[in-house]
Amino acid sequence: MSSSSSSSGAQAAGLSDRVPNWLVPNLSGLHIAAVLIALLLIGLLLVPVAQVMIVAFQDPATGAATLQNFVDFFGTSLFRESFWNSFYVSAMSVVVATAIALPLAYITTRFHFSGSILIQSLGFIPLIMPPFVGAVAMQLIFGRNGTVNLLLRDWFGISIPFMEGLNGVILVQSIHYFPFILINLSASLRNIDRSMEEAAQNLGSHGMRLFRRIVFPLAMPGYIAGAALVFIKVFDDLGTPLLLNVNNMLAPQAFLRISSIGISDPMGYVISVILVVFSILSLWASFLFMRGKDYATVQKGGGGMAKRSLKPLEKTLAYGTVILILLVVLSPHLGLLLLSFGTIWSFAPLPDGYTLQNYITMWEGSKTFILNTVLYAGIAATLDVIIGTAIAYIVLRTGIFGRKALDYLATAALAVPGVVLGIGYLRTFHQIDVPFTGEPMASWWVIIALALMIRRLPYALRACTAALQQVSLALEEAAESLGATKRRTIQKVVIPLMTGGILAGFVTSFATAAVELSATIMLVSSNNDAPLAYGIYLFMQTPSGRGAGAALGIVAVIVVAIGTIASQIIIERDKKLKASGDAH
Amino acid sequence: MTKAGIKIEDVHLSFGETEVLKGVNLDIKPGEFFAFLGPSGSGKSTLLRAIAGFGPDPRGRILIGDRNVVGQSPWKRNVGMVFQSYALWPHMSVRDNVGFGLKERKLPNAQIRPKVDAALDLVGLAHLADRMPNQLSGGQQQRIALARTIVVEPEVLLLDEPLSNLDASLRVQMRRELLNLQRKLGLTTIFVTHDQEEANTTSDRMAVLDGGVIQQIGTPQELYDTPANLFVANFLGTANILKGRVEADGTAARFVTETGDHLSLPAGMRSSGSNIVLRPQNITLLREEGPNTLTGTISHKEFLGSQIRYLVNAGGTEMVVDQSHSAGLDWFETGTQVFLQTNTSSAIVL
Repeated sequence: MSSSSSSSGAQAAGLSDRVPNWLVPNLSGLHIAAVLIALLLIGLLLVPVAQVMIVAFQDPATGAATLQNFVDFFGTSLFRESFWNSFYVSAMSVVVATAIALPLAYITTRFHFSGSILIQSLGFIPLIMPPFVGAVAMQLIFGRNGTVNLLLRDWFGISIPFMEGLNGVILVQSIHYFPFILINLSASLRNIDRSMEEAAQNLGSHGMRLFRRIVFPLAMPGYIAGAALVFIKVFDDLGTPLLLNVNNMLAPQAFLRISSIGISDPMGYVISVILVVFSILSLWASFLFMRGKDYATVQKGGGGMAKRSLKPLEKTLAYGTVILILLVVLSPHLGLLLLSFGTIWSFAPLPDGYTLQNYITMWEGSKTFILNTVLYAGIAATLDVIIGTAIAYIVLRTGIFGRKALDYLATAALAVPGVVLGIGYLRTFHQIDVPFTGEPMASWWVIIALALMIRRLPYALRACTAALQQVSLALEEAAESLGATKRRTIQKVVIPLMTGGILAGFVTSFATAAVELSATIMLVSSNNDAPLAYGIYLFMQTPSGRGAGAALGIVAVIVVAIGTIASQIIIERDKKLKASGDAH
Repeated sequence: MTKAGIKIEDVHLSFGETEVLKGVNLDIKPGEFFAFLGPSGSGKSTLLRAIAGFGPDPRGRILIGDRNVVGQSPWKRNVGMVFQSYALWPHMSVRDNVGFGLKERKLPNAQIRPKVDAALDLVGLAHLADRMPNQLSGGQQQRIALARTIVVEPEVLLLDEPLSNLDASLRVQMRRELLNLQRKLGLTTIFVTHDQEEANTTSDRMAVLDGGVIQQIGTPQELYDTPANLFVANFLGTANILKGRVEADGTAARFVTETGDHLSLPAGMRSSGSNIVLRPQNITLLREEGPNTLTGTISHKEFLGSQIRYLVNAGGTEMVVDQSHSAGLDWFETGTQVFLQTNTSSAIVL
C-alpha cells in the first residue's frame, strides 16, 4: 500500500513532494485487481458480444451500417419459421412445465402429504442432467417406436406423437426445466402468511375461489420468475433441438449457418441479436410484472400456509397425479440408464439384453473427453471463484469507482446465450494468433475454458457475494484494529470465513461447466480438444454409438449429481458452523 | 348490528400430544369489551382462533348467541377477526380489500361501494381507498384491517394482539380509537393481548390465562385489587410477595413472615394463606422503626419522574417500593437502613 511506502524514507518523501498528488493515485492491490478483472470481462464478454451485435448490423461485403441483414432474415421463410418455432416451443414449454410443476407445488405445500420432501427433492433431479443427454433416451421411450407408443399400439391400437418434431423439443425441455417453476412457486406458496388465507376465510371465502382470488395471486411473483427463466433457457438452448434433429429453430440455425457457411455469414449474427434481445425482453417483462409486488408476507406472529389433511379420495387422486408426473419426469434418467446397459434397443419396449460393453467402449473412446472436461471445467471454476471473490469484496467492502459496473458486467453473462458467446469468440479471436504456436486463438483449447469461465461466473459470483455478506464487517474491523493490514485481514479472516460459500460456488460452476454444450460446440475445433458434452453429442450421432453415448451421459449425470449434493452439504455445514459461531 | 354474547363451555384443545386449553369456561355479555390477557403460550390466541374456527376443533361448546359454532367452517361463522399482522392482501387495493367480504356474500356492486365508503369513513381513511396496502403506514393498515372486518357486520369482533405491531405512542392512540369504535358499534369484542396496560385501559372485563387455564375473570380493578392467586397478583402490576403464615389471636390477626416479622392484619381480612402480597405503592419508607415495619437496606434506586422506585433488601427478600416524588423531597441513599411500613389494609393474603 502506498501509505506505508510514503513513510519509508527520505527519497520517497522527496519524490512525492515534487510530483503533484493527483499523479500518484492511491492505488492498492484491490484497485489493480479491479482493473484486471474489468479488462478480462471487457475482453472476454463485452468485446465478443459487441462484435456479434455490430456484425449483425453490417453489410458483409462493405462493412457499412445496414438493416439489410434483418430484412434478409425476415424475408427468408426458413428463418421466419425458425423464429416462430423457437417462440412457440418456448411458450409451450412454459405451459407444459407449469402443468407439471403446479400440482407438485400445490400438493406438497398445501396438504399434509407424506413424501413431500421426497417429491421436492425428486423435482430437482431433471436439473442435474444436461437436457440434450436425456433427449435420446426420451426418443426411445416416447418416440414413434418407443416404449410407450409400442405398448399403446399393442393395447389400444393408437399412438401419440409425443416426440414428433417440435413436440419432442417441448417435452424434453419442459421435463428438464420445470424445476425452475417448481422451486420458485413452492417457495412463494410457502411464504404466504397463513393469516392471508385465514382473513379470507374469516370473511366468507373458501375452496377454489379462495385459491383463485388470494393464494394464486400472492404466489404469482414466484411463478413469473420461474416461468421467465424457463422461457429464456428454452429459447436459447442449442443442444436439445440439435440432438433431436430439429433444425428449424433459431439456435440450431445460428449454429448450422456458422458451422457450414462460415463466420462471415451474417445470419448467425442476426439470430444472435434476436436471442439476446429476447433474453433481455423476457427478464425485463418479468421484472416489470414483479415491480412493487414483493409479496413475501410471512410476518411476526404468522406462519407459512396452513396445511390441510386430505380425505381418502383426495389422497388417492393426489398420489396418482404425483406418481404419474414423477414417472414422466424421471423417464429420461431411466431411459438413459437402460440405454447405457442395453445391447440393442429398437422397436421394443425394453432393450433386448443387458451388457457392460457400452461402458467399456465409452471409456476407451472418451478418455480424452473426460480428461478435457476436468481440465476445462477445473480452470473455469477456479477462475470463477477467484474472480467472484474479488468482485464480491470490491463491491461490498470498497468504494472503488465503477465497482457496481463490474458486478453488472459479470452478471450480464446470464443474458448471453451460449451460442452467441460461441459465435462472438469465433469472430473476435479468429484473427488473433496464440503467442509462440501461431495457430488462431479461436481454435485454441484455452478459449473453451475461458468461455466456460464467463458462462458460469454469474453463479460463482452470487455464491461468493452471499458468503461475504454473511461475514460481519465487525470481524474485519476487529482484525484491523488489532493491527492487521487490509491484505492480512482478507487473507486471514475474510477468505477463511468465506470458504464454504466459495467451495459451493466452485462445485456448482465445475459441475455445470462440465456438461455445457451450447458454447463449446461452436468452439471445439478438433475432437482431441472436445469435452464430455461434445463427446456425448458425437456418440449420439450414430445409432451404434448411442449405448456408449448413454454411458457417457450417465457419467455426466453422476458428475453433476455429486457436485450438486456436495455443494448442498458444504452450504449446510457452513451454515451450521456460522450459526454456532454467532451463539458465542 | 346484532349483539350476540359468547359462551364458552368446557373447551379443551390439543395440538397433537400437548393440551393447550384445559377446560375453559367463559360467559361474555353482548356488547362487552372483553380481554384475554396472558403470557405467550398461555392459550389466549388459541382460544380466540378456536372461536373464529382456525386450528383443530376443540372439545366442548362455543356459543355465539345461541348457536354452537364448534365444527363449523370459519367462512360460515360470521365472526370478524382482525389479525395481528393485519393480513391485508398486498395484491388488492384498499377498496378491494374492504369490499372482499361483501363480494363473497354476493352483494351487488351498487351496494358494496357505499358500504365500503362508510366503513372507511368510520376509521377515518376514506381518502386512501385507492391506495395499495404497501403504501400505508402501520396504523393505517391496522384501521383498514378493522374496516375490512366490520364492513361485513359480524356478530362478534375478535382482535388478535392488534396493537403489537405499532410503535408505543401510536399504540396508546389506537387503543382509545378501538374503544370508541367498539362503543359506537356496540359490537361484542374480544381483545387478545399480553400487555396488562392495554387490557386494563380498554376492557370492561378480562380473563387472565396461564397454562391453558383461566386464572381469574373480572374487571381490571377487581383483578388488581383482589387477585385470586399469585400468578394474577404477579402478572397484573408489580407485587412484593412475602412467605409466612397467618396467626389469629382472638379477633386480631397478624401475618408472621418467614424472617419472623409481624404484620398485623385488619379485621375481616382472609385468615388463611401462606403469602402476603404488598403493592409497591402501599409501602412507606421510614427512617425510624414503627408499628408494622420491616427492616431493610436500600440496594438500588431509580428516578421515574413522578415517583422514585427503591429496591430494598428486607431479610433476604428484594422488595420494590415506590415513593411519590415532589420537588425538594429527600432521597434515601443506596446502603441506607430503612423501615418499611406496610399498609396492610390494601394487602392481600393468598
